[in-house]
Amino acid sequence: MALWDLENADCIVVMGSNMAENHPVAFRFVVEAQRRGATVIHVDPRFTRTSALADIHAPIRPGSDIAFLGGIIRYILENDLWFKEFALAYTNLAHIIDPRYSDPEQNDGLFSGFDPEEKTYKQDTWQYEGKTVPSPVAEHRVQSKEKSEGGDYESMTDSPPPEDRTLQHPNCVYQIMKRHYARYTPEMVEEVSGCPKETFLKVAEALSRNSGRERTGAFCYAVGWTHHTVGVQIIRAATIVQALLGNVGRPGGGVMALRGHVSIQGSTDIPTLYNMLPGYLPQPVLFKEHDDLHGYLQSETPPTGWWANTPKYVVSLLKAWYGEAATAENAWGYQWVPKLTSDASQLPMTLAMTNGLIKGQFIFGQNPMVGAVNVDLVEKGMAKLKWLVVRDMAMTETADFWRDGRRVRKGEVAPEDIDTEVFFLPAAMPGEKEGSVTNTSRLVQWHDGVLEAPGESRSDLWFVYHLGRRLKALYADSPLQRDRAMQALTWNYPVKGERSEPDAESVLKEINGYTVADRALVKDYKDLKDDGSTACGGWIYSGVYPEEGKNLARSRRPDAPGEQSSHSGWAFAWPSNRRTLYNRASADPDGKPWSERKKMVWWDEAEGEWTGTDVPDFVKDKRPDFRPDWSKHPHGMDAIAGDAPFIMEADGKSMLFAPTGLVDGPLPTHYEPVESPVKNPLYGQQFNPTAKLWGRPGNELHAPQDPRYPYVFTTYRLTELHCGGIPTRIMPHTAELQPEAFVEISPEMAEELGIEHLGWTVVSTLRGEIEVKALITERMRPLTIAGRPVHQVGMPWVFGPKGYATGEPANVLLAITGDANTSIHSTKALTCNIRAGRMTPERRP
Amino acid sequence: MREKIADRVGRFLDDWTVPRQLQGGDVYAGAAKSTLSETWRPRLEEADNVGTGICPFCAVGCSQLIYAKNKKPIHIEGDPRSPVNQGTLCPKGAGTLGMLLSPQRINTVLYRAPKSKHWEERPLDWAMDRIAELTKQARDDTFVEEMPDGRTVNHTLGVASLGGATMDNEENYLIKKLFGGGLGVVSIENQARI
Repeated sequence: MALWDLENADCIVVMGSNMAENHPVAFRFVVEAQRRGATVIHVDPRFTRTSALADIHAPIRPGSDIAFLGGIIRYILENDLWFKEFALAYTNLAHIIDPRYSDPEQNDGLFSGFDPEEKTYKQDTWQYEGKTVPSPVAEHRVQSKEKSEGGDYESMTDSPPPEDRTLQHPNCVYQIMKRHYARYTPEMVEEVSGCPKETFLKVAEALSRNSGRERTGAFCYAVGWTHHTVGVQIIRAATIVQALLGNVGRPGGGVMALRGHVSIQGSTDIPTLYNMLPGYLPQPVLFKEHDDLHGYLQSETPPTGWWANTPKYVVSLLKAWYGEAATAENAWGYQWVPKLTSDASQLPMTLAMTNGLIKGQFIFGQNPMVGAVNVDLVEKGMAKLKWLVVRDMAMTETADFWRDGRRVRKGEVAPEDIDTEVFFLPAAMPGEKEGSVTNTSRLVQWHDGVLEAPGESRSDLWFVYHLGRRLKALYADSPLQRDRAMQALTWNYPVKGERSEPDAESVLKEINGYTVADRALVKDYKDLKDDGSTACGGWIYSGVYPEEGKNLARSRRPDAPGEQSSHSGWAFAWPSNRRTLYNRASADPDGKPWSERKKMVWWDEAEGEWTGTDVPDFVKDKRPDFRPDWSKHPHGMDAIAGDAPFIMEADGKSMLFAPTGLVDGPLPTHYEPVESPVKNPLYGQQFNPTAKLWGRPGNELHAPQDPRYPYVFTTYRLTELHCGGIPTRIMPHTAELQPEAFVEISPEMAEELGIEHLGWTVVSTLRGEIEVKALITERMRPLTIAGRPVHQVGMPWVFGPKGYATGEPANVLLAITGDANTSIHSTKALTCNIRAGRMTPERRP
Repeated sequence: MREKIADRVGRFLDDWTVPRQLQGGDVYAGAAKSTLSETWRPRLEEADNVGTGICPFCAVGCSQLIYAKNKKPIHIEGDPRSPVNQGTLCPKGAGTLGMLLSPQRINTVLYRAPKSKHWEERPLDWAMDRIAELTKQARDDTFVEEMPDGRTVNHTLGVASLGGATMDNEENYLIKKLFGGGLGVVSIENQARI
């Protein structure tokens, strides 16, 4: 959904986010919705400015989100409050699951298919009966094992998945969900999360009331949901609520991810990520059938749904990268794309560094010595590098680790002992370069370069381009096969000015794609081919630059204020300038708007096409009553019915129950955080059995209910200081507003431990300890969990020793643990100890 | 000459905002003026260029107007045309000028040799050549073409790249293309996972 579409919501739940303080400008739309009558709810451990403006604040213990959301799912099902015409038609609620499936309710917290030795699941018992369902998310297909028992995606072309729309079949998704969430009662929600059941019921009631033909609700979340070992499942739980209530693909409906960096969406789409190629195509993996292009495409192309087009996007990408050297004979240079042999995300990267496996490291505008968990381990890893290149705009803790690191300041190691060769290259900042960035709702916006970067500051585009130019020269004469990729790589971008700045628009045009023969820009990804006649660096962005001189990211024509509109003339939203994904769901199965008030896209019978206020997310002329001809084993969009809006899914239906794609279960289930002061009240299984854990010296974990670390610890950001980086800590006025690190605790806890307001405290974990001043505030509340009080300690993680705003990094205290599906670290729910006073001088960095 | 008390009280009441507001309207239509202030002109009149920027911090994507004089920034404010922010900015966005002009900004290339206790300035070209050589060496030393069982991997685990979420799409594209597609680096990551 577009940010401004939040105005159209009738109920907004902000959960896992302190939106008013961390995304204040987006929060204007929440306030506007409230002014128009919407109920605003904040579910959060702390009482923040977001809570202050909400109609309801529901306090919960960090890490209890699935218990809370599971409680809402149960409330909706038990009280029969789901939007029946929507959910029955557009979700897999009626689908029948494999008879071998068994649930955590039967297995004390485990799903069927668990291998206790490997700590992984096989997904074959989670499938639709008689089917093997490919995941719509390519990066998940790479990890999951749904085909482990000889399953075949072609089964999706034989017939539609079996279903029972009377919902009586004991293994239909509706019945499985009812059983799965039966114990997530308001009383259980209170016991697990500490949220009083009356408050919980108010939230469940408000959400359910604002559902149906006339009304919609939205969720807004941030890293308060992702930074857990069950992060993906928390978000899944919200999507289940939304699909049951009909809050997807409709005005004011959706799940809004409030992401943290200016182009964090762009750097996920056109990724600097290890496991994906541009446009959510999977990076080849050694352990799948990826030995050659044929095998890769065979195993990664779902036969049904939009993803059946995968080969066109893959071949066009290879043509964009390897140009003339990519031929049908060499499978378009497929073997030059490196294969994965393991998780190579940031957490294992840190460990690989510590183990001395990484020789050289580039860091672009990131500051792991503040922003990464287990800072002391990161620092040890840095010292093992042969060389480090840091590009930033002021000195960072990371670039200066050898001189000013915690270990150096403590005297544990001296600069003379550190062999790393370090380069600091000053980076040009926004305004000093041009290019496009993608915001949290997929809006690709161009920014102009009107300033000259000072001194030797250069854009990252300049750096990568000129480094590439040098490397191509170094490899130009190599006879070695292993260097062919560097020789083949297309690298001809025009440069301009005295500084030879590469032309960013020429790169955007390559991302947009072109026909190889005449280099004419393609208008849309529908123009791409799998025969080598088109090149495209990122298929989902196709159409951003549809013809010479027409950079739609630069388009600046907003709609008139006050209209309910898509602002389609303002920048470009991928894909196809579409503002709301799956907006076919804004019409009923017959293609009519659910209501006048909530109309967006509908079927125009006279014209024989879909139309509306947004670009329809459907085959333009596919009639609502179209049904696949199963006798012909239909592929691609031919297998998607005219009333199946979720076209990236193999059968066009939203997955309430996810038969595929997730490594930790088809339904969200409450597990305790890895470090927790309580025993899991729901299952014997204490925490996510597939959580990524890396036990090693220096990364020790606290056992559940460890009496030495009895308090819940959580971290967060501040309005004035942006993440772990240096830019806002050297910005005079924001640094003046938040000059120093602090830890927040409740008055009750302060009293119990003799901590004074603004007095020193020492916070410790098995990873490290820091001293920091206390801010005693009723914003932090002790919660009653399973009948006993649990205290919470909160700390902004944005401080480091450099800049004007200083303090010890909270991340010293955190361990390296990862979400089972994404390897995202856990920063929101762990345990710690805290005492009044200071550290002895010799322990102080 | 001293004013009468009654005149002074009267003038105070007229001048003080609270009684003015209680009267239901602004008594004075104009802003405060002095001979000096009448000679002042808006700073923006000095700008010789203005462009649209996108606020560099969070992912909301607020538009900014960047006013420049001789290619130096003189003012940054919210762009009223943007449907995202309609001219508003948060404290970080409003402080962007302070970031660009911060005295702590570094504009030269710094180099730290192994075991050295100091940074030293080096020319940009020298650093670029040196980085290219080190990259090639690290990559060549650690490149693996095949696994022991003969299957092709064509990758290196010896070079890594971190960061991208603060940067442009075009920059991210070239990083993945050069490091991944060209050199065979797999450890390419950014802030999306943290």
